[in-house]
Amino acid sequence: MTGKPLVSIVSAGLSKFGKMQGLYGRELFAQAAKEAFDRCPNLDPKKTVKALFVGHMGESYEHQGHTGAASANWAGLLPVPAMRTEAACASSGVALRCGVLAVLSGLYDVVMVGGVEKMTHRSTAEVTEFLAMASDFPFEQWHGITFPGLYALMATAHMHKYGTTEEQMAMVAVKNHGNGVLNPKAHMQKEITLEQALSSRVIAWPLKLFDCSLITDGASCLILTKPELANKFTDTPVHIIGSGHACDTIGLYERKELTTLNAGKLAGQEAYKMAKTTPNDIDVAEVHDCFTIAEIIAYEDLNFCKPGDGGKLVEEGITHIKGEIPVNTSGGLKSKGHPVGATGTAQAYEIYLQLTDQAEKRQVEDAEIGLSHNVGGSGATATVHIYKRG
Amino acid sequence: MPESHLFTIENFYHFAKERKLMAAQCDNCGTLLVPPRPVCTNCLSKNLEWIKLKPKGKLLTYTVIHVASPRFQSLAPYAVGIVKLEDGPNLPGMIKGIEPENIKVGMDVLVDFDTNIPAEWPMWPRYFFRPS
Ligand SMILES: CC(C)(COP(=O)(O)OP(=O)(O)OC[C@H]1O[C@@H](n2cnc3c(N)ncnc32)[C@H](O)[C@@H]1OP(=O)(O)O)[C@@H](O)C(=O)NCCC(=O)NCCS
Ligand SMILES: [Zn+2]
Repeated sequence: MTGKPLVSIVSAGLSKFGKMQGLYGRELFAQAAKEAFDRCPNLDPKKTVKALFVGHMGESYEHQGHTGAASANWAGLLPVPAMRTEAACASSGVALRCGVLAVLSGLYDVVMVGGVEKMTHRSTAEVTEFLAMASDFPFEQWHGITFPGLYALMATAHMHKYGTTEEQMAMVAVKNHGNGVLNPKAHMQKEITLEQALSSRVIAWPLKLFDCSLITDGASCLILTKPELANKFTDTPVHIIGSGHACDTIGLYERKELTTLNAGKLAGQEAYKMAKTTPNDIDVAEVHDCFTIAEIIAYEDLNFCKPGDGGKLVEEGITHIKGEIPVNTSGGLKSKGHPVGATGTAQAYEIYLQLTDQAEKRQVEDAEIGLSHNVGGSGATATVHIYKRG
Repeated sequence: MPESHLFTIENFYHFAKERKLMAAQCDNCGTLLVPPRPVCTNCLSKNLEWIKLKPKGKLLTYTVIHVASPRFQSLAPYAVGIVKLEDGPNLPGMIKGIEPENIKVGMDVLVDFDTNIPAEWPMWPRYFFRPS
């Protein structure tokens, strides 16, 4: 018996991900919100949605902070109380967590959670600098360490400790690009070969172009309610049965181990316990593949395999869309794209589609239980949520 | 000048200007804090004292960065790593004075100091690692 539903997702929306030229972040958010409203005709957003939590990482991109109110404004939700949550790439995983807490508190019956980021109008050098702000300034940024650099440090350590190979990392990229082809909203819809991935240019050795997630524009959202109200709005809710959230040192260098993300492990343990599930119960998962090594480490932190065996898991096809635990059917951050603030709830959106049989070409048959894993920075924040078909 | 008894990052770099690698040590539990901080994050004691660390350690991991932020673009490609200091704590930083292809996990390194003061905020001198 799985744990009892904490809250229910009754609708979800996602803007197209990609280079969305000429669109401002809040306009992307309005598109995502509109999709969620249209998908749930029994819910009158103006009357029913009582609060908004929006993940957004950086005001530098658009010279725009105060994203809570701006998003509520463009989504047509004013005057609801709206707030921005910021936890780097886990900003909307945290928004989702806040939404769960808000509904569970009893204060609100229905809330919207989501996230947004508009990045592609900036040069890669600028984006590299803005992203690095999620790492430690005095000891990492000040010494020239970038985000790809931080995950490269983990990759080198993982290769050294466990013998993980560049080929295994490339296999994550090949898999996720393959899934992205099946997702019309993905940023890149392009199959790649192992050779292409391995011979792509170096970004931060051992990470190459195809080991990195994309710089993307996009927005995502979900509508949450109390489980006992879910059927008022839809016949096909998805219940959230586990929610986990933990933090770790802001600097990677302060950690005892460089081959695992303790916050990811702890968030996973909290969510599994609440959901009364084990890794064996998970039918489909979206994990935070900001870099290919991050997906391998996620398998290990979520107990899909033993520490050090993550590379083998992808090599054996276990996380392939037709494998035992399909991971990142959406294409993941690698191919669907990574508009950082939007990623956490975009992962939840994919699980929502999977558990309501709306994932079309990438539908995992008979998926009952799903998981999403969202990481901020080099692992200073992580959230894990577990979902069940309603 | 900042008050040197405060266990701040500013003072860590103030000592770096004098080519000293300094940590705060907790008198209560013994934890060595790099970076220093006002309260021991292990036991919450405020009884701290400065202690000079041996400027040497072993390379735990490294990378060679090719795509950098604007401030560092002109240096790319450059190597950075995390070093486990002989005294215990870890420290990240650039690795200089060695071709990237010769860098090895586990190698012995020394902590050295570039005492030039950068013109931009926060004007901290940078330490770096080099092979010993
Ligand atoms: C890897 C990265 C540096 C590449 O940026 P870049 O060198 O400026 O590349 P460009 O934008 O010039 O793109 C060149 C080509 O590569 C493609 N490309 C860019 N990034 C790519 C990626 N990550 N994977 C695959 N292809 C990519 C582009 O589509 C483009 O193809 P085209 O010429 O056919 O249009 C950049 O994508 C990046 O920084 N990614 C990581 C983002 C990140 O750190 N997110 C936070 C994680 S915590
Ligand atoms: Zn102490």
